Amino acid sequence: MTEKTMSASMTAAEKERAAKKAEKLRQKRVAADEKAERKRSAKAGFANVNNPRRSLTLTILSAIFAVYCLFPFAYLLINSTKTQADFSSTFGLGPGHSFAFFDNVAKVFTYNDGIFTRWLLNTLLYVVVGAGGATLLAIMGGYALAKFRFPGRKAVFAIIIGSISVPGIALAVPQFLLFAKLGLTNTPWAMLIPSLISPFGLYLMWIFSEQSVPTELLEAARVDGASEWHTFWKISLPLLSPGIVTTALFTIVATWNNYFLPMIMIKDSDWYPLTIGLNQWKSQAATAGGIPIQNLVITGSLITIIPLVIAFLCLQRYWQSGLAAGAVKE
Amino acid sequence: MKFGKKAIAAVGSLAMLGSIAACGSNSGNANSGSASSDGKVTLTVWAWDSTIPRTVKGFEAANPNIKVKIVNAGTSKDEYTALSNAMQAGSGAPDMAQIEYYALPEYVTRGYMQNVADNGAKDFGDFYTPGTWASVSLNGGVYGLPMDSGPMAWFYNKEVFDKAGVDPTQVKSWDEFYEAAKKIRATGSYITSDSGDAGFFDSMTWQNGAKPFDTSSDGKTVTINLTGDDKVKGFVDWWQKLISEDLIDTKTAGWTDDWNKGLDNGSIASLLIGAWMPYNLLSGAPNGDGKWRVTQMPTSDGQPAGSESGGSSLGIIKSDDKAKVDAAYKYLEYVTHNKEGIATRVEAGAFPADNNTLNSPDFLNVTSITDADGKAHEYFGGQKFNEELATAAKNVRAGYKFLPFEVYARGKFGDFVGKSFTDKQKLSDGVKAWQDDIVSYAKQQGYSVKE
Repeated sequence: MTEKTMSASMTAAEKERAAKKAEKLRQKRVAADEKAERKRSAKAGFANVNNPRRSLTLTILSAIFAVYCLFPFAYLLINSTKTQADFSSTFGLGPGHSFAFFDNVAKVFTYNDGIFTRWLLNTLLYVVVGAGGATLLAIMGGYALAKFRFPGRKAVFAIIIGSISVPGIALAVPQFLLFAKLGLTNTPWAMLIPSLISPFGLYLMWIFSEQSVPTELLEAARVDGASEWHTFWKISLPLLSPGIVTTALFTIVATWNNYFLPMIMIKDSDWYPLTIGLNQWKSQAATAGGIPIQNLVITGSLITIIPLVIAFLCLQRYWQSGLAAGAVKE
Repeated sequence: MKFGKKAIAAVGSLAMLGSIAACGSNSGNANSGSASSDGKVTLTVWAWDSTIPRTVKGFEAANPNIKVKIVNAGTSKDEYTALSNAMQAGSGAPDMAQIEYYALPEYVTRGYMQNVADNGAKDFGDFYTPGTWASVSLNGGVYGLPMDSGPMAWFYNKEVFDKAGVDPTQVKSWDEFYEAAKKIRATGSYITSDSGDAGFFDSMTWQNGAKPFDTSSDGKTVTINLTGDDKVKGFVDWWQKLISEDLIDTKTAGWTDDWNKGLDNGSIASLLIGAWMPYNLLSGAPNGDGKWRVTQMPTSDGQPAGSESGGSSLGIIKSDDKAKVDAAYKYLEYVTHNKEGIATRVEAGAFPADNNTLNSPDFLNVTSITDADGKAHEYFGGQKFNEELATAAKNVRAGYKFLPFEVYARGKFGDFVGKSFTDKQKLSDGVKAWQDDIVSYAKQQGYSVKE
């Protein structure tokens, strides 16, 4: 009995070994083939995307760029562990004399009666309502422009392309004067209304709708008696989701990081977003009798970018597929 | 069907416009508050000075019908930009604003400020130091009251000076300062830093007796004479010598983290700066605790003379709302004239502008500064630093005038004179270019200009 199982297991082990050996050989062959292909393609001057040539120069360039991008982040991480005294007395990229990270975080949220929390909530409001609204409007507008024929469609196209080419910063001052006339400066509306407009998002959704929602599908839905409203929500929207995520990410990042608009629109610290609030903390040091709180500015900045980092990591997949989706026209 | 299609198209493409209209109709009145029927008044005050918010509690307790909202709308130039924007746009301006002495004439000229002489302020002349009072008494009115002052003094790190064998209390003249700078440089430190600061330039020429700017009594003619004034030239030549011989740090800009670092570790050994500096030293250069001292400014001829650097007034923005102005004046009086209001701010680090405080033993005998956590520090090694600073306040030269567009002029200093600190350009050439720019600006603004 035991002998039998032994020999059976032996054969099983042997089989496994043999299979492994065969697999190894196969992989070797594949590697050799791929190497040969890379060589051929190097000579021919073009490459197979699934079997790219490795380039030392490009690797080094990417590495340099990665360091360049990550450096400020590393600086934030290191310096958020320092007290103000350590910050002004120790080397910027070295550790401080004490580890004050948690202390700093606590102080960020309690300084000035917890105004940081208020700024965080303001930013969230601007992002949820402003960027969320901008995304919704871009979806609806883009979809309508792609899938319906109506008079003035070409004019709308021209206006949108035109407005993409005008940087938002150039419009900030006229917008300020307009909002001042309406009595809307120093209110959240001054931040929300301009954020609702995203010509680029609209354009992206237009192109995306044109390609990813087959007109035949819409016709089938109409034949089956679905209303346009119903068709939009139940049939088109799911097809648009990669594009929606891309647009949402664009508008969220733009709103979260917006600095110039709130700087000229809002002079009431109760309605500041984080960007303006942190700058106020920063400039507090540069005045008579002011107390520098750079440790809180740095820790606050770190806290400020964390939600964006999370959003990117979670939505990265969609971001890539969404960006590529508009690239090829069939 | 067809109608439905069109409808959704319209909704989709006009959604953005629609949303604007919808939100616009919701617009609340964004004015900064006004007297309501029950007599309650809310005042919006723009101020970046950290001691101002501390006065709110005491004031509101004494005036239950007035609510004060302090807003930090930016420091100095940032606030002025915002104020000009709001005034020009006709909405969003505060009821009161902190305005530095150098900027006040500009806003008075533009008609932004309320004359408070008849509210009672015209009798306060003897209450404030002559210099600060002159700064708010403009065009025959009183356009704000002095919050603080900043007589220039020489703050130095005694440890570094001892190492170099220099005793600043014996350094009286600019020539002696130059010799001291060489000795300090030999130890590896710089005696001070300047990377091109318009305020510093003004204060130093003022201290030297220069009067480069003047405005005629009708306000139509301005004199701009930076290049022809001997006293300006005196400063420029002396400072040029220090820059050329690498005796001052021209790379570290003031008020940056690097600047604080330099003060903290002694690589910047002293500062010629306003009397409000002690609290900034304590928080910006904590390692200097106990090492620093204060003495009088060196002068070109060694005779005591002084000037102001910075210092702010608190003013009321012009308004027809009488109840509002009266309430604002009450707060103004509390912050700048009331004993309790002033004491609150001086305790928190403001350098006073009133004679009572400057002469009071309680103020003069102070030897320690209290930090944000309530801990007292003998930052100046037990020296009665306020005594020294009060002396500096007494030495301030009278008669220096700012331009009626000083904010603009200072904003351009860096563009023209800044280069003299970093490049090969001579300081005098920078000043010449600056002068030319200010003159052409003045002409654009419709002034007749005397050079």
